[in-house]
Amino acid sequence: MTPFSKAELERYSRHLILPEFNIEGQRKLKQGSVLVIGSGGLGSPLLLYLAAAGVGRIGVVDFDRVDDSNLQRQVLFTVGDVGTPKAEAAAARLRALNPHIEIEVHDVQFTRENARALVRQYDVVADGTDNFPTRYLVNDACVLEDKVNVYASIYRFEGQCSVFNAPLEGGERGPNYRDLFPSPPPPGLVPSCAEGGVLGVLPGILGSLQALEVIKVLSGVGEPLVGRLFLFDATTFTTRTLKIRKQPGNPLTGEHPTQTDLIHYEEFCGVGAPVAEAVVSREVTAKDLAQWQTEGKAHVVIDVREPYEYAIANLGGELVPLDTLSESLHRIPRDLPVVVHCRSGVRSARAIALLEAEHGYGNLHNLKGGILAWQASVDPELARY
Amino acid sequence: MANLIIPTPLRKFTGGAATFNADTPTVAGLLQALAEAHPGLQPHLYDADGALRHFIRVYVGDEDIEALDGVATALAPNTEVSIIPAIAGGTSDPS
Repeated sequence: MTPFSKAELERYSRHLILPEFNIEGQRKLKQGSVLVIGSGGLGSPLLLYLAAAGVGRIGVVDFDRVDDSNLQRQVLFTVGDVGTPKAEAAAARLRALNPHIEIEVHDVQFTRENARALVRQYDVVADGTDNFPTRYLVNDACVLEDKVNVYASIYRFEGQCSVFNAPLEGGERGPNYRDLFPSPPPPGLVPSCAEGGVLGVLPGILGSLQALEVIKVLSGVGEPLVGRLFLFDATTFTTRTLKIRKQPGNPLTGEHPTQTDLIHYEEFCGVGAPVAEAVVSREVTAKDLAQWQTEGKAHVVIDVREPYEYAIANLGGELVPLDTLSESLHRIPRDLPVVVHCRSGVRSARAIALLEAEHGYGNLHNLKGGILAWQASVDPELARY
Repeated sequence: MANLIIPTPLRKFTGGAATFNADTPTVAGLLQALAEAHPGLQPHLYDADGALRHFIRVYVGDEDIEALDGVATALAPNTEVSIIPAIAGGTSDPS
């Protein structure tokens, strides 16, 4: 039996007087361990609640550093943490919150090389990552190492939560992520790059639900979300809970398994493969453009971002969002040098390729590195986003 | 009439509409009516062979249509049908 100190008994007293939880539930938490992958929007509330609740050993995997733009939702961090490694900053905050538990820092990227060894060291895994390759990697590592994967995911105003690969009576395990989604959307069908925002409180809600499920799995109290998918739509405040069934075609756990180890997840998700990015023949740097302006050289600037991006920072160009190009040709002159820009230069290259191929333009220059490059090398007063 | 719930990632193809209604006896008919009303959705629902994409699931009530009769699943009046997309995170930087 793991004894509790007086300080611990007092600290956890609101758990201990909860009849269904009591000191037995608390003891299981103290003896338990969790690997939290990602300490961002989901990981922040998840880690705070798991540490506060007294989970005995918590591993934090994150290779990123704290950025200003994280603070809108990643409530683990403060202004003073900006620029420091997330795993370290998270560990410092969690140790200050609860000195009775162990926090283990893994300041590394979660990869196919280290995934199984990391997962193996813990009882439960909580997936707080933000991309498809890592989602499938976490799932597969948990299945191969017989670990429960407490999953949550968000997109803009919508969240999903489930408990994958949980042991069932009779020795079998519950459905996993591949039973729900056998394969990820190809990169071309992933929501476009201009739509990356998220309402900050949403990962707070889903990450808290993840913490709830981790605590239920470790303590054995209640019925975890096994074989079920919880959905939350914040815009309409609608919740649904749907059934997830095991699929006979699952390559790991189906009737005829074909996968016995981790695979190449970037390849599986079509990420990192040579993307057919538009090649532009004419480019200008931010400094070139600044010089054109100083010299008074005649030119037009076309901004192909969205209006909500223009509102954050702009170069005073004509706003013609990428999706509306074909209807806005009258706003794009053919007889003057035209500089096309977006945030980082990818969308503007696409715009130029489209205008050249379908509309015969020959006077378009891509602003290399987009408005970010302009901010970095010409106008540091502009906001980065 | 069945009520179809459109998930957030696909609402940009429905002009922001969160639901879609059609008087049709099966899931296949409902999805077809949806794709006809909002042609931009077509590639997000079906692959080149006309099969439903692997990264979305379709539910009638709380049950996956795969556990029912697939797209041939009959729709009772006022049934709630959901399209569930794979979502990964969504806080990554725009380009």
